[in-house]
Amino acid sequence: MAVSHLQCKECKAEYPLEALYVCERCFGPLEVAYDHSRTGGDVGELRRRIQGGPQNIWRYADFLPLAGGPPGPSGRLASRVGLPAGCTPLIRADRLAERLGLREVWVKNDAANPTHSFKDRVVSVAVTRARELGFETIACASTGNLANSVAAHGAALGLESYVFIPADLEEQKILATGVYGTNLVGVRGSYDDVNRLCTELCAERDWAFVNINLRPYYAEGSKTLAYEIAEQLGWELPDRCIVPVASGSLFTKIARGFQEWTELGLLNGELPRMNGAQAEGCSPVASAFADGHDVCRPVKPNTIAKSLAIGNPADGPYALDLARRTGGSIDAVSDDEIRAGIKLLAETTGVFTETAGGVTTAVLAKLAARGDIDPDERVVLVITGEGLKTLDAVRGTFETSTIEPTLAAFEAGVSEGVTA
Amino acid sequence: MSVVVKIPTQLRAAAGGEAEAQIEGATVQEVLDGLFERHEELRVRISDDDGSLRRFVNVYLAGEDIRFLDGLATPVADGAELTILPAVAGG
Repeated sequence: MAVSHLQCKECKAEYPLEALYVCERCFGPLEVAYDHSRTGGDVGELRRRIQGGPQNIWRYADFLPLAGGPPGPSGRLASRVGLPAGCTPLIRADRLAERLGLREVWVKNDAANPTHSFKDRVVSVAVTRARELGFETIACASTGNLANSVAAHGAALGLESYVFIPADLEEQKILATGVYGTNLVGVRGSYDDVNRLCTELCAERDWAFVNINLRPYYAEGSKTLAYEIAEQLGWELPDRCIVPVASGSLFTKIARGFQEWTELGLLNGELPRMNGAQAEGCSPVASAFADGHDVCRPVKPNTIAKSLAIGNPADGPYALDLARRTGGSIDAVSDDEIRAGIKLLAETTGVFTETAGGVTTAVLAKLAARGDIDPDERVVLVITGEGLKTLDAVRGTFETSTIEPTLAAFEAGVSEGVTA
Repeated sequence: MSVVVKIPTQLRAAAGGEAEAQIEGATVQEVLDGLFERHEELRVRISDDDGSLRRFVNVYLAGEDIRFLDGLATPVADGAELTILPAVAGG
């Protein structure tokens, strides 16, 4: 495999491919480094190899941090392949584009993953690496979607799991985690409190916390969103991507995926403009972008977009740099705009997204209204999660007709149509 | 004022293997200075040249991020717990 070592993003110090996430010299984040000198070569052959791979993220195994290759029938982990993620639909959204005065908008619907969010990508990679490293227990600090995914992957692979969440999370996300038989721990506090607790706990337990000590591997899983988008567009780059920002990891790794493939000759052209999307009730990165700062000041979140409610974003500085470097932005929208965004996407595409997707769609609408998007641009909207997990956000936003089961009642009560 | 400073695993080698240290000081800054006096190597690991904390270092007083308090000038109570942690977790 092409995976080579871990490297500090700040001071470039190198580390072995172990369960490490922080540079001991400068406290910077560690990232996976690859040696693609043997991956490259003939672009056509590389493309054919990818296309001939499985219909899940393991088709991109050459670009993922696994020492033993993808789990599968031919791999070491033969009978235990877990919950393969990825290969989600990229939908051309002409009705949405038309509503916003744009020409070409695509929706990458990552709710179509095993536990209905993009988190299955990162967890698949982290958990597979955790098994390679010999861990028997997986764990995470989660705002909800990660909780679902870690619990499900633990069940699929027969690994014990511990899932830590803010105690006030949406009921749907709690139920869709506990059902897998995990050790579910509700913490009285915000996600940032949960994260601090887990960072401390990580030093005390021999567990694979997917987004702490396994974070360098975990984050790599997000690159597969970029690979899929490019492959589904016929090996082309989009002009612009709108991506939700919580920690900033997904946002920066999507760009890294495009970058890697461009360097290998699989794609040609400039990096897309990268637009990050946050909720006003938790917008440390958008605020720093607006103020021209390089670092984010932490905030106490208060938004319906709980899956994005990280007040202390680990990759904030990198997200800011990326948005500026590509001519993009980081924007924030209100809770009302988020609800409107969910409705807009549902009514024009048939995709029902959770609040995070409402944030992303609302930011697209905002950019379009502001005139930031050239009508000729090819825009990709990254929808990361499922509407059924945040039902409160749509409760009371439409009316239902209730009638007696007779034709007369229908004619009298609903003749003008159910909805406005 | 005597404060318990909790040292993260990544820094313990530079702190003589200690997981925590008892340090005197009236503010977070004074406690950190006291810690650096005892373990000089820690200073360059978590502080920038201008004396401020590196951007990937979080410091918590009794569980609260000091950036929500008065930062390095935050007063500390006797027996309080100061926790140093990497910022690159989560999400």
